[in-house]
Amino acid sequence: MRATSPRQAEHSTARPAIGRAPLRLLLPALLGLGLLAFPLLSLLARTPWTTMPVRLVEPKMLDALWLSLLTSTIAMGLCLVLGLPLAWVLARLSFPGRSLLRGLVTVPLVLPPVVAGVALLTAFGRNGVLGGPLRELGITIPFTTTAVVLAHTFVALPFFVISVEGALRATNQDYDVVASTLGADRWTTFRRVTLPLAFPGIVAGMVLGWARSLGEFGATITFAGNFQGTTQTMPLYVYEALQSDPDAALVLSVILLFVSIMVLALLRERWLYQAAR
Amino acid sequence: MRPRGIAPLVPAALLALVAGCGGSTGGNSSVDTSMTVLAASSLSETFAELEAVFEEEHEGVDVRISYDSSATLAGQAVAGAPADVLATADEVTMRTATDGGVTATQPQLFATNTMVLVVPAENPARIETFADLDNGGISYVTCAESAPCGALAKTLLHANEIQAAPKSFEVDVKAVLTKVELDEADAGLVYESDAVTSGDKIVGIEIPKAAAEVNCYPIATLEQSEDPAWAEEWVDLVLSEEGQGILGEAGFGSPR
Repeated sequence: MRATSPRQAEHSTARPAIGRAPLRLLLPALLGLGLLAFPLLSLLARTPWTTMPVRLVEPKMLDALWLSLLTSTIAMGLCLVLGLPLAWVLARLSFPGRSLLRGLVTVPLVLPPVVAGVALLTAFGRNGVLGGPLRELGITIPFTTTAVVLAHTFVALPFFVISVEGALRATNQDYDVVASTLGADRWTTFRRVTLPLAFPGIVAGMVLGWARSLGEFGATITFAGNFQGTTQTMPLYVYEALQSDPDAALVLSVILLFVSIMVLALLRERWLYQAAR
Repeated sequence: MRPRGIAPLVPAALLALVAGCGGSTGGNSSVDTSMTVLAASSLSETFAELEAVFEEEHEGVDVRISYDSSATLAGQAVAGAPADVLATADEVTMRTATDGGVTATQPQLFATNTMVLVVPAENPARIETFADLDNGGISYVTCAESAPCGALAKTLLHANEIQAAPKSFEVDVKAVLTKVELDEADAGLVYESDAVTSGDKIVGIEIPKAAAEVNCYPIATLEQSEDPAWAEEWVDLVLSEEGQGILGEAGFGSPR
């Protein structure tokens, strides 16, 4: 790992030729970093650490944390299963109305999460367009863990599709053409050529989708409600705690922060770097 | 190294921006005064009416009302939110503000509210009495315990020995109402005033022992108020005969 290969050395000696990093880039970069880091550092500074051990074994917190990790992970899986084909369709097929379709995919990105929750209610609620008929069959979705997963997937899917579509576009389509001239059908090309080339981008999209659903609040509380063990995820618990005990909310936020950083770091170590190589 | 270009100007521009912000709010012109009222979400309809009355009586004053759960508002007030008046749905949440030292005047009670059970107009679960919540398979919702409506709901559920747990603890009373109005929940515990304003989309059912568990709404002006005189006039309006009339019509009781 440490040893620098000749090629890398060549690369690093080549750097000064481009010139110094300009101040007009460095300064705003520093300000941007400050804007991101300052509130998080403040959160850590104000956290009453002494109550941390009690919170870490609190059943309500463990329920919420487990539910958050579970639903976000399932949502990420759904993003992969549904979003990867969708991203491929957008990136590789040309058909009338494609830009319209892409626009449609991005709409949930700009939708306020509470509005997303209302939209989900109108579709899958007990009186929803689809939820109504389902209710006749004895299936109701709101106030269930399924509703949480659905809300998470709804908000995370656009992030996944957009980033994976970008990754697919960035990989050279000529390889696809070459594969097909060598006799591979389109499914084989997708599996053996397109997918491996776009792999780092797909992993990045999965991480992005996972992170987005881990932090999901508005759509979840509107559509799925708030009940310990079934629909109360960590962000919902933090919000509830904030109303009665702000100190508890700080501790809970820090726990969520650390757990998500840990998971992301693990993923990065295992997947991103290996994939990038 | 290269003191040219726009980079050196960035900090200056930022400073100018900050100064610009400060300048616009600092000017205390008598024509464009705005006043901010933090009010419990159960007050949204009545305070909107009072806002119109106040603005008519005080030309040039723009009243802005921020509705949220009382606990959230009290927390915001303690954190120094630029507001003039705080009106909460119970005395516990107001105590957060008085303990935090941000109330400028002694909180005064201006309204009371009792809880009712509401069901969707079509009443899918055929709920006739409060005890029906225990019929099995009923999905009902209440506020989270941290909100005044949640604390009250818990007390009443306990007093009536209801065993079934709510399906969800909503963040505030309006969220409970919405779930029932949309027929997503079979029933919900809300304030009498919410049942009144919601009209015919829902039907109210009396809760036994609710009369003994009355919520009192306190109001106080805040330390950070830039126009204490306006803030006090708002409190006076709420306590006046006119204000009490508007509250009474909306289903609130009088604390006196």
